[in-house]
Amino acid sequence: MNRMEMLNEELIFTILDYLHEDEDPLALKSFSLTCKSFCTLESRHRRSAKLLCPDLLAAVLRRYNRLSHLDLSLCPRVDDALLTTLTLSSFLSSLRSLKLTRCRFVTRLGMADLRPNLVELDLSNATELTDSAASAISRAKNLRKLWLVRCKLVSDMAIGCIAVGCSELRSISLKWCLRVTDLGVGLLALKCTQLRYLDLSYVPITEKCLNSVLQLAYLEDLILVGCLGIDDDGLASLKESCGTMRTLDLSNCQNISHIGLSNMTRGAGYLHQLTLSYGAAVGTHLYPAFFNLCFSCFLKLTVTVDVVKCLQNFSMLQCLKLDGCDVTSSALKMIGNWCGSLRELSLIKCSGVTDEGISAIAKRHTGLRKLGITCCRKITSFAIDCVTRSCTSLTCLKMEACSLVSKEAFSLIGHRCQFLEELDVTDDDLDDQGLKYISRCSRLFSLKLGICLNITDEGLIHVGMHCSRLKELDLYRAMRVTDVGISAVAQGCGILESINMAYCDKITDASLISLSKCGKLKALEMRGCPRITSVGLAAIAAGCRQLAILDIKKCHKIDNSGMIPLPQYSQNLKQINLSYCSVTDVGLLALASISRLQNMTILHLCGLSPNGLAAALLACGGLKKVKLHTSFKALLHPSLLEHMESRGCVFQWRDKPFQPQATPCAGGGFVQKRTSNVIEQV
Amino acid sequence: MPQEFQGSFLLLKSAPHMNADDALCLEICYEMLDFRQFMTEKLQDPSRMDYSMRTDPNNQAKITNQGENQILNNGRVQSWDPKTMLNNLSFLEQKIHRLQELVHMIIGQKDQVSSNQDEVFTQQQQLITADLTSIIVQLISTAGCLLPSVNPSPLQLNGVLFPPATSSGTGMMPQNNDGQAQQNISDVKSFEQSNQVDLTANSVTEINCNSMEEDHELKDDDEGKEEHLPPGSYEILQLEKEEILAPHTHFCTICGKGFKRDANLRMHMRGHGDEYKTPAALAKPNKESSSEKVLLKRYSCPFVGCKRNKDHKKFQPLKTILCVKNHYKRTHCDKSYICSRCHTKKFSVMADLKTHEKHCGRDKWLCSCGTTFSRKDKLFGHITLFQGHTPAIPLEDNKATLGPSNPTENNEATNKTADVGFNFGSNSVNVNGIENLMDVKGDVEDPYLSLLNYECSLSGLQDFPPANYDDTSSSFSFLISGEKNAV
Repeated sequence: MNRMEMLNEELIFTILDYLHEDEDPLALKSFSLTCKSFCTLESRHRRSAKLLCPDLLAAVLRRYNRLSHLDLSLCPRVDDALLTTLTLSSFLSSLRSLKLTRCRFVTRLGMADLRPNLVELDLSNATELTDSAASAISRAKNLRKLWLVRCKLVSDMAIGCIAVGCSELRSISLKWCLRVTDLGVGLLALKCTQLRYLDLSYVPITEKCLNSVLQLAYLEDLILVGCLGIDDDGLASLKESCGTMRTLDLSNCQNISHIGLSNMTRGAGYLHQLTLSYGAAVGTHLYPAFFNLCFSCFLKLTVTVDVVKCLQNFSMLQCLKLDGCDVTSSALKMIGNWCGSLRELSLIKCSGVTDEGISAIAKRHTGLRKLGITCCRKITSFAIDCVTRSCTSLTCLKMEACSLVSKEAFSLIGHRCQFLEELDVTDDDLDDQGLKYISRCSRLFSLKLGICLNITDEGLIHVGMHCSRLKELDLYRAMRVTDVGISAVAQGCGILESINMAYCDKITDASLISLSKCGKLKALEMRGCPRITSVGLAAIAAGCRQLAILDIKKCHKIDNSGMIPLPQYSQNLKQINLSYCSVTDVGLLALASISRLQNMTILHLCGLSPNGLAAALLACGGLKKVKLHTSFKALLHPSLLEHMESRGCVFQWRDKPFQPQATPCAGGGFVQKRTSNVIEQV
Repeated sequence: MPQEFQGSFLLLKSAPHMNADDALCLEICYEMLDFRQFMTEKLQDPSRMDYSMRTDPNNQAKITNQGENQILNNGRVQSWDPKTMLNNLSFLEQKIHRLQELVHMIIGQKDQVSSNQDEVFTQQQQLITADLTSIIVQLISTAGCLLPSVNPSPLQLNGVLFPPATSSGTGMMPQNNDGQAQQNISDVKSFEQSNQVDLTANSVTEINCNSMEEDHELKDDDEGKEEHLPPGSYEILQLEKEEILAPHTHFCTICGKGFKRDANLRMHMRGHGDEYKTPAALAKPNKESSSEKVLLKRYSCPFVGCKRNKDHKKFQPLKTILCVKNHYKRTHCDKSYICSRCHTKKFSVMADLKTHEKHCGRDKWLCSCGTTFSRKDKLFGHITLFQGHTPAIPLEDNKATLGPSNPTENNEATNKTADVGFNFGSNSVNVNGIENLMDVKGDVEDPYLSLLNYECSLSGLQDFPPANYDDTSSSFSFLISGEKNAV
């Protein structure tokens, strides 16, 4: 008798609840492979599915008939026929949420088949979705959440249909919907009175629609990034805005100054988060707006609740992002004097941030959890001293490229910030001693040590010894690091998920062999490590079965023998960069049998022939994006390219000249590029 | 040619069964001969005279002055008396009335069939022809005295005598003209125009000629914009209805052909002889000498009670002749031009129709209830107001392909949307048809078509057919098949 059969359904379902696919994709698979009853139970338990290959849809629907969430965003081609299958399937009465990101091939016919009981729909990046197709969404009367990011062809007409049809909408994102105007947004605000979340970033709207938007009774989050049509004059005509607003994002709204802001936030007493990144000049003018905000908050609360509670709830604004603004020292002091309590403050790339300003803020907002002072180049150890002394509960500190911060500051961080989880000290003056102190922050899960040219294995050994929770380690151009340090990290940080060793040219296969013990490794970047060979890669492939992102650009010694183990073990590989390797047709074809592979960059592979490339492209059915050198465009048959494109693959042609094998130097150019990249990501 | 005359001529042609009536003939003869008597009557009773076309005595004086000025400028003194002219015209009017009555009578007798039809018909025809001829001759002689080229006293023409205008004291006559009389006068005037007589007789028309630089059909933009000139700072001119509605304002003195622009007339004149080909003749006629202070000219609408009429309390003058024309047509005339697309919109000015037709049927913003809007914001306002209405999107964004559809307004919403769908369908059918045609044409080795077919078949396949690759090596095809097997 099977003991497992003694477990009743509820118990098994509870067990299944604990098996998260994100942590271990194979857990559920092995569970369902245990026995038939487990398999049945698992299929009854599963609520969400993420498909890689559209061909399996029918089988998936047959097996998992209680799916409520279906994600087709990884399928290279989602077309009308697929959606029709979805609709015709009698098993799928429970489907509530559907993700169709990047479906470039869906037309009106497919959309017309959508189930009317959908609650969530994500059609982001459907850049070819027409009005008539989008208007079919309005049949889903119960829709609560709709994402239409970058649906560039969708215009007011479709938005009007959606507004009228889906009156239950709670959240909608129209980011980058460049053909939507005031009319559509205005109608949306009038018809969908339940809206909570509204993202209008980069939509060419003006203040005309904002009046009706701000009249929404339940609006909590309003994202207006890059709405250049909104300016102070327009905002001056606004009526009282809704009091329920919690998040307001005005990043990149370059035509709004403090006057417009104060107009807009008039009455928004519950604002929790305010983002003003890359806005117009936020100088000392800014604080009247904040004062306005505080004051209105105060008034509102004295009217509604008693004074004591008012004082407690005074600190409604928790998150303030001023990235890229011109912030003056006096403005920062004003924030410091202000009676709220910030949890999150981002001053990334703000010029004019000084020690005085930071210290004033730190003294006041002791509850600060996240602080971003990347590229605040005037900051010295004094500011870090103040921050670490006052804000003891700091969990995230981003201080990339604060070059004036001296070595002592890192010992302060290590001693005082016991709760630190994320630390970015890229391009700082950090040495082994500093790293030793930092390693005292045992809760760290993300540590970025890029371009810290002074750190050696000694520091990394400390990290390996103490930071056992580390998941992400960035050693970009930390050029003095060798195998010893990497091995120490690999040994100590068993749950490491992502490591960047780009241009650490001293590391060899030994590092990889030790890293292969990190079974959860998902992203491995080691471009420009010329000593690594196929042996190391094979070890990684065998050990790290969850590897999804692999960058071996300019690892010249890696050849076909390194590629062969990848399909054998790393079936989860999604993205690979093979440029400048010694891989030829055979290696590429071997790689092509990885069914999950979606993203390939193949530039300057000397041994690659057009035929081999064509074969690999054809064999790899799941490809979505391939970066190739322009010279291949003429060599590949145009009908092949067309065939690939119809399968859902996008080609990106690059025309970079071949860079001969040379010792890459950590010149200023690289540093600059790296820094700017970081800023853009922020 | 004026309408009434046209009508008469038509009647003459189309009345073959006229009955001879001696009494009628006598009457006509009497009428012809009794000219003198009529004139004396008229002079004795000045109230019977259809004198004043212009109600404003000041204006008239001005116009007269202007006419004289012009004549003086031309360096020639003309001895013509407006009063004489008026007498002649009144006489002509009377005559035309009689003739009209005669023709009416003929029509009345048409139904009675008599034995000697043909004979009677010829007699009547002769009578009327004679009558008309006399009228024409009189007209020419009347107008002839105004022509610079004609002898100032050509009153005796073909034996038809005009009475000498003895009375010069008629002065300003009280306005007692009924509409009909005025109408006839103007008809006569039009007739003059068509009979190779220049319009210099009418000074207002002369102004008209000078200021008519633009086409009739042009639209005036500044009719809506009000200017606020002090009342005395401009002179008010008022054209008559007929002048406003006249299709042409410039007439050839030789053949009578009418033109809208004087430049066109000058071009036409070249065909009449070498003397019109000289640079001087072809040059644009000089305006009034700039040394004089030119008073601003503003225009009044002849429609009594109109705000643009100078008697209106809040009179707003019209800026140009073009404004007058368009205003009069738009406000006081029937809208006879109907849009050929929507068959609903009517216009009285051709240019308005053309403007409308440019936009009619295009960019129709359609609501699900079937209502169409010319502007998107209007549609969205409508949708905001009415519960459950949605914007209707034409199938597959065929805005561009939507031709000039002619949806009838009375149709129901469903019909209308069906119309749109049908249009689209027919379009696609056409496309298919073209494709078929191409296929038929390309049965020979057409590289483009064969490529097309090839690609079509390709996109339908799951795996790429290796046979299509001639340049692939054998190892490659082997790999492909191997890959297939593996999958």
